[in-house]
Amino acid sequence: MITTPTVTNARTKVLQRQGAAVALVLMVVVSWLTFPRFGSLDNLRDLALQGSFLVVIAIGMTFVIITGGIDLSVGSLYALGGVLAAWGSQYGFLAALTLPLVVCGVIGLVNGLLIARTNMAPFIVTLASLLFARGLLLAITDEGANTYQIPGDSAFVELGRGTVFGFGYPIFVAAVLAVLGGMILNRTSFGQNVFATGGAEQSAVLLGVPVAKTKVLVYTMSGTLAGLAGALTAAYLQSGVTVIGVGLELDAIAVVVIGGTLLTGGMGTILGTVIGVGLIKVIQNVINQIGTLDSNYQSVVSGVFLLIVVVLQRILRR
Amino acid sequence: MPTDPVIEVAGVTKTFAGVRALGDVDFALQRGEIHALVGENGAGKSTLIKVLTGIHTPDAGAITRNGHISTIYQEVNLVPLMSVSANLFLGREPRNRFGLIDRARRDADAAELLRGYGITADVSSPLGTLAVGEQQMVALARAVAADADVVIMDEPTSSLEPREVETLLGVVRKLHEAGIAIIYVSHRMDELYRICDTVTVLRDGVNVHSGPLKELPRIELVSLMLGRSVKEIEKHGTTAFGEGHHADTQPVLEARDLTSKPRIGGVSASIRPGEVVGLAGLLGSGRTETAKAIIGALPLDGGTVLVAGKPVAHNVKASMKAGISMLAEDRKTEGIIPNLSVRENIVLAALPRLSKFGVTSRSRQDRIVDTFIERLRIKVSSPEQKVAELSGGNQQKVLLARWLCTEPKILLLDEPTRGIDVGAKAEVQALIDELAREGLAVLLISSELDELLDGADRLVVLRDGSVAGELEGDQLTREHVLAAIAAEVMDDSDDHAGSHQDSH
Ligand SMILES: Nc1ncnc2c1ncn2[C@@H]1O[C@H](COP(=O)(O)OP(=O)(O)OP(=O)(O)O)[C@@H](O)[C@H]1O
Ligand SMILES: [Mg+2]
Repeated sequence: MITTPTVTNARTKVLQRQGAAVALVLMVVVSWLTFPRFGSLDNLRDLALQGSFLVVIAIGMTFVIITGGIDLSVGSLYALGGVLAAWGSQYGFLAALTLPLVVCGVIGLVNGLLIARTNMAPFIVTLASLLFARGLLLAITDEGANTYQIPGDSAFVELGRGTVFGFGYPIFVAAVLAVLGGMILNRTSFGQNVFATGGAEQSAVLLGVPVAKTKVLVYTMSGTLAGLAGALTAAYLQSGVTVIGVGLELDAIAVVVIGGTLLTGGMGTILGTVIGVGLIKVIQNVINQIGTLDSNYQSVVSGVFLLIVVVLQRILRR
Repeated sequence: MPTDPVIEVAGVTKTFAGVRALGDVDFALQRGEIHALVGENGAGKSTLIKVLTGIHTPDAGAITRNGHISTIYQEVNLVPLMSVSANLFLGREPRNRFGLIDRARRDADAAELLRGYGITADVSSPLGTLAVGEQQMVALARAVAADADVVIMDEPTSSLEPREVETLLGVVRKLHEAGIAIIYVSHRMDELYRICDTVTVLRDGVNVHSGPLKELPRIELVSLMLGRSVKEIEKHGTTAFGEGHHADTQPVLEARDLTSKPRIGGVSASIRPGEVVGLAGLLGSGRTETAKAIIGALPLDGGTVLVAGKPVAHNVKASMKAGISMLAEDRKTEGIIPNLSVRENIVLAALPRLSKFGVTSRSRQDRIVDTFIERLRIKVSSPEQKVAELSGGNQQKVLLARWLCTEPKILLLDEPTRGIDVGAKAEVQALIDELAREGLAVLLISSELDELLDGADRLVVLRDGSVAGELEGDQLTREHVLAAIAAEVMDDSDDHAGSHQDSH
């Protein structure tokens, strides 16, 4: 009531992002010392590869959350993108890649148009497209009975399975996108508009920021990136798996927020998001190292770990 | 009269959910003139401006624009989380040869530009970390730098200190010399008469007068605004404060050595029941911080606050329980809950007192709310209207009502009449007077010297976060206060303005 929360948050969020980085370093060091296998090149490569798909999705989510919105449809779009890529691969590399991007991009575009033009809550709109995309996916795969395979010798599989020094192509795709994303966010007018929209929407309108256009763009971006992540996954798995991506939107939101992006909008970084992905993947990796854990308990442990990380960030802030 | 309008408006009407904000308004802004737009709170000034700039679409009427318009809206309309320089150049960022934003140059340009406005803050820090007045100056710099034919300023000085006001008026003059037309909205008569050529008076959304300002006596202007006869207005003075108060001898509030680095260092002050103590000082002298420290909203490095001789724990809740209430300076971020109704906003702080076992009496609420709406002349369609829909000045009245109805023992008022129209200002001052008479202890912060001199029984003068002097009785004159505040800076506030602006 009497304090100004926005300002204090602005200062502490920077610290929080560093907090996430510190937590990540701590986690890596402890895991390395505890599980010798953790530090092996193979494991690290695998870790990076697993993280790369989530990074691609979370970049879009970062933009959306900075505008003060949320995109719940990315998990479904990820799965849909994979199936579309697998189906499209029979018509060649280009079809396999563009089909998921276009379809998921259009669904994102519709999300954005509905949110920007009708003022409906992002939560509701993207929840509807979560259901819509999942439904569409089941319809085109006969309720999931029909799994499209990608011929192992096709160029598209190479995109998912090819490596440089043992590091999979998706890692490079994610890295390039992260750098691009950071550049767009901080060094272009569109990026400035994203911050302004989420920071103070009413003011942004008065300042002449194209708020509606900005919102349409971020949801389109988010949808397209989710489709791309799905396509990369399909290429890696050599098939369009229908059951993946359930709840993935929550992972994406979690990593963005752990990375220091304000859930209320107006502030955030891509680097923070990448660090957030790193944290969540290291935690999952460690659980796998333990190996004996019942899969149900894996989420429990993962949840507890995340909680610890968040509490750690709080303490580090002081 | 030569006519070469840059903006012309004919027969504009605008209604919000059945409430008429503008009715058949004609208005013309001539090239190169400074045009005052005045009227009571809720008269439709901001609405007219938003129609001019295209933010609102009028229900009827025609608008002709012959140039580029740049506007400072009434609400400080920047983005608090973004950096100062990002705010300044939002929409026209300097680019490098790859078409990317050149951040180094943006910061350098911003620092350079703001130095001309007397702001030396770090331009890469979030805008929200600046004081309200500084934010307003950033908004001004932004609007002026935009290379416009028309600059519209909606109450640009309402959150500025006297010194900053001079800077702003200096800027207005420079724009004028460059042939830029200006629409200037303010409730401060002095400013209007100093800089404006023409005036348009709005009353209840209707243009009741347009013409040259100089020939219009002040009192007639007020009479046009309020719709009351000149005689009726002459009865009241410039401020509505009464004579000195009868204060008890024992202080009800004592602040000892309040220290919060780096803003205040060792401020002590006391207020007796029935006494109005004024806090005087320049921007950044620590007035707001002192008030915040007293109510427990500012972390302290040292010092104690005593109410009726008993120390109070340093947090807002304990302070409020001990009988301290505070009207904050930055109403926008520190108080108004836009989506609640006027009634809910007013009774919010008084709810604990109005309820028994967690149940509040609605009829008591309504009674209190009606009283304040009437006394403060808050312009609402009903007490259930959302506060967000009120005009800027009326939102402030709502906040004032909120703290007054908590019936505190000690009331801290930070700029209570800022942005409030002439009629209601007198009403607020009379109310403060009446409350003091009833035994309330009041701490009054105001950048209007007359308000302090007339309203306060005693003045505590702050400089650089510590007490520079206390003035009482005969010492309560302009000269004494100015001398105590900071002699050299205030020298030019009486004579012609802008003189120190040129020396930058
Ligand atoms: N968005 C809105 N919804 C409903 N009513 C509105 C809205 N905006 C303005 N109004 C109403 O229109 C009238 C004129 O408001 P406006 O803000 O133009 O007044 P103003 O002259 O600028 O007053 P002030 O001096 O207090 O700033 C007021 O009665 C106000 O309640
Ligand atoms: Mg207004």
